Amino acid sequence: MRYALPWFAGVLVGALLFLVVLYYNPLANGHAMSPLAVSGQPLVDLAYSRVPAEAIAYTNNGDKRLKPYPEKIGELWEPTIRKTSVLVTLLSDGSGTARGLGVKFASESERTTLLKGEALIDSAWHVFLPDSGSLFIDQTENMWFYVRDIVLPARWSSADSWRGTWYGVTTAGPTALGTAKVAGGTGRFADVATEAVEAINARAYSALQGPVSATGSLTIVAVEPVAQQ
Amino acid sequence: MGPLVFKSFVIGVLSGVVLVACLLHFVPVVDQHREASLISVQANGGNTESFHVNLPDDRIVLGGAGKEVIPANLEWPEVAVLGDAQAELFKIRNRNDVVVGVASRISGTGSATGNVVEWTLHLPARGTLYANLQPLPDEGGSRSGRLRAGTREFASMQGSINERTRAIEDGRDNDSGPVGRIELVTALVREAEGS
Repeated sequence: MRYALPWFAGVLVGALLFLVVLYYNPLANGHAMSPLAVSGQPLVDLAYSRVPAEAIAYTNNGDKRLKPYPEKIGELWEPTIRKTSVLVTLLSDGSGTARGLGVKFASESERTTLLKGEALIDSAWHVFLPDSGSLFIDQTENMWFYVRDIVLPARWSSADSWRGTWYGVTTAGPTALGTAKVAGGTGRFADVATEAVEAINARAYSALQGPVSATGSLTIVAVEPVAQQ
Repeated sequence: MGPLVFKSFVIGVLSGVVLVACLLHFVPVVDQHREASLISVQANGGNTESFHVNLPDDRIVLGGAGKEVIPANLEWPEVAVLGDAQAELFKIRNRNDVVVGVASRISGTGSATGNVVEWTLHLPARGTLYANLQPLPDEGGSRSGRLRAGTREFASMQGSINERTRAIEDGRDNDSGPVGRIELVTALVREAEGS
């Protein structure tokens, strides 16, 4: 018993130390720069609001801080889809002109490993741009840096909010370069296989409501269709 | 403080570090609920699987210009570029009528795309399917199409998807839309290596 108390105290200190090192892990760095920035190929940029109330529709299981929108929308409460959210949004180009529709499915990933600084989301975009074409984006997103830099500070803040300027590329795969896979559907994207990245530009976050001012952007490498086999 | 007490404390610190590291490594942070995949194997080594949507209960969103919207307070953006585009969001069920995922169906006409009917089926524990369908249904009311992309379990699969909508006359009060069912049948086979 004489040595048990210091041992227990040591366990607590060790656990706490480990968590602090994990939180401030200098070896885990988010992407502040898009891997496509140096690709040299033409890029298609699409932007959308990450504020649920500024979307066409947003839904999840209804138990999260981000409330489904509009109010009477069906919620994803069934066990198989409880850890999934869906966003239906208008996509605009760099000048703010509406270009089309986007539906984003996002599910918590079982490959999440906090030990490696990874809070992973398996997400997929279904994009329809009437003047260009339709496409599908498959990506793994790492939201750890967004959570660490914005969500947790907002919760710990006495004002229950965060304000500032934060930019980060959330796409972390599935390609080896950490980009998303794009499969074209119709129009200029028909039979195209290319890459994309998604980024977040956040300016304000409320611990009670979620994003207050934040935009998401999709950058897609524009390539010519591959020949049909 | 004696040296043995100090040693106990140091061993405790190391134990705490190892304990948390093991906990974070071995205890899964996310555990998606799984339903058994109800697949029929085909002679060519592929498989078929059927999903369905019960209408109107499983329709989460219906939006389009000048159309009735679901939910009733949904504000569809009035922008010219969308034209007659229509977006729908559904819960999808397996053969046992259990919800296994969510799906989007986008249809419309674009200057670059022509008539488009597309589905994206998202099954959180398994992966996602993306398919283009024929814009016009055949004589039997079905649309068929090609799988364009699949992720995780459906990666490197190719095949077709068939959509059929049928009305159900069961005498139910249908204030929230027509009663019916959208049936989706996938027939997929793994791409041969090197193809």
